[in-house]
Amino acid sequence: MDDLSHIWEALKDVKDPEIPTVSLVDLGVITSVSVDDENVVHVTMTPTFVGCPAMEYMRNEVVERLERMEFSGVDVRMNFDIPWSSNRITDEGRAALATFGLAPPVAYEGVLELEVLNNVACPLCGGHNTTLRSPFGPTLCRSIHYCNSCGQAFEGFKPL
Amino acid sequence: MSNDAAVKDLLFRMADDDLIIAHRNSEWTGLGPIMEEDIAFSSIAQDKLGHSLALYTLLQGLGEAEPDTTAFTRDEAQFRCCHLVEYPIGGYDFSLMRHFLFDMADMLRFEMLESSSFEPLAKLAAKVRGEIKYHVFHAATWVEQLGAKGNEESHARMQSSLNQVYPLALGIFEPSQYEAELAAAGIFAGEAALQEKWAAAVAPILERSNLRIPSVADPSPAYGGRRGYHTEHLQPMLTEMTEVFRIDPTASW
Repeated sequence: MDDLSHIWEALKDVKDPEIPTVSLVDLGVITSVSVDDENVVHVTMTPTFVGCPAMEYMRNEVVERLERMEFSGVDVRMNFDIPWSSNRITDEGRAALATFGLAPPVAYEGVLELEVLNNVACPLCGGHNTTLRSPFGPTLCRSIHYCNSCGQAFEGFKPL
Repeated sequence: MSNDAAVKDLLFRMADDDLIIAHRNSEWTGLGPIMEEDIAFSSIAQDKLGHSLALYTLLQGLGEAEPDTTAFTRDEAQFRCCHLVEYPIGGYDFSLMRHFLFDMADMLRFEMLESSSFEPLAKLAAKVRGEIKYHVFHAATWVEQLGAKGNEESHARMQSSLNQVYPLALGIFEPSQYEAELAAAGIFAGEAALQEKWAAAVAPILERSNLRIPSVADPSPAYGGRRGYHTEHLQPMLTEMTEVFRIDPTASW
C-alpha cells in the first residue's frame, strides 16, 4: 500500500477559515485519502455542522492545495458516511483551539449530555466555575460562556 | 426503488418544514429581545436551512430538480410544510413555544430515522440529530425559565402561547397516504408513533415549567399543510423569500 502521509501532511496546511490555528486534518473533517491507478487523488470530507457556510470554502481550499501537488486529477467530496463528531478533533487540534482562545469541546463517551456545557473550563484562567450564557455563538460550532473566577466572557467549541 | 413516491412525500414534508421555519427564525435576526437570543434564533435558522438543503439534495437524488429550484420556484400548493411553521414570528413567547414544540418533534423524527432502511436519510439523521439536540436544549431551557422561574407576566405569556401553539403543533403529525407503506418498508415508523414519543417528551418539561397542556377538541387540528392546503401566511412569505431569486435566478453572492 502506498504511503499517503505526505498528502495528510500537505492537508495540514489547510486551516479552518474561522479558526486559523486549526488544520482541517486536526479538526477531523478529512475522513479518507487515497490515490487511484491513474494518479488521481480522492479525498472525502465530512461537514462539522450541516449548515456551516464555510464547508464549501474549505472544500475549495483542499482542492487548491492538492492541485499544487503532482496528481493527474483531484477529486474532493463531502458526505455524511462518517458523521463528524467533536471527538474526532485531535489532541493537536484541541491545543490549537485553546491557543485561539476557544475552550476545546468536552470529550465524551456514548450519549452526550448538554449539561456538560454548564461547567466548561475557562480557556483564559483554567477555572471550572463557569456559566453557559448561550449554546449558540458567533458561528454554528461555538457557544458563549462566562467565567465566574476571572470575570471574562469566553467562547467554546461545541461538543457534538 | 419501489417506494420512491412515499419517500419523496416524507422528504418534502421535512425539507419544507425546515426551510419555512428557518426563514421564520431568521426574521429574529436583529430583533431578538437580548443579543444571545438574537444569535440563537439566527444560528438555529442557519442549521435548519442546512438541513433543508441536505433533504432537498436527497430529493434531487430521487429525480427532483436541484435544491435552489425546488426551494424557490414552487408555488404554495406544492409545499408540504405544516401550518405551525408558516405563522409570522409574533411575540418572542410565540416563537419560543413554536421552537420548543417543533424542535422536539424534529429531533425525535430524525432519531427514528437513524434506523431507516432508506440509507441516505439514515446517514443524514445520524448527523443532524446532535445539532437539533442543541435546539431542543435551548428551547427547553427558556420555556422552563420563563414558565417556572420568571414572574407572573412571563408565566401568563408562556401559557397563552402554549394554548395557541399546541393545537398547531399537532398538525406536524398529519398522517400521509403512505403511512402503511413507509412502516412496512422500514423507512419510517409513522406520524402516529412520532406523535406519541413527542407527547411523552414535551409533557414533563411543560409540567416542570408550570404550564398546562390545553385540551384540543378538534380531532384533526391544523391539518392540510401536508396536502398543500396552507394558511394565509405562507404565500406572502414565499413571495418575499423568493424575490431575489425571481429577479435573477443566476445571481450569486
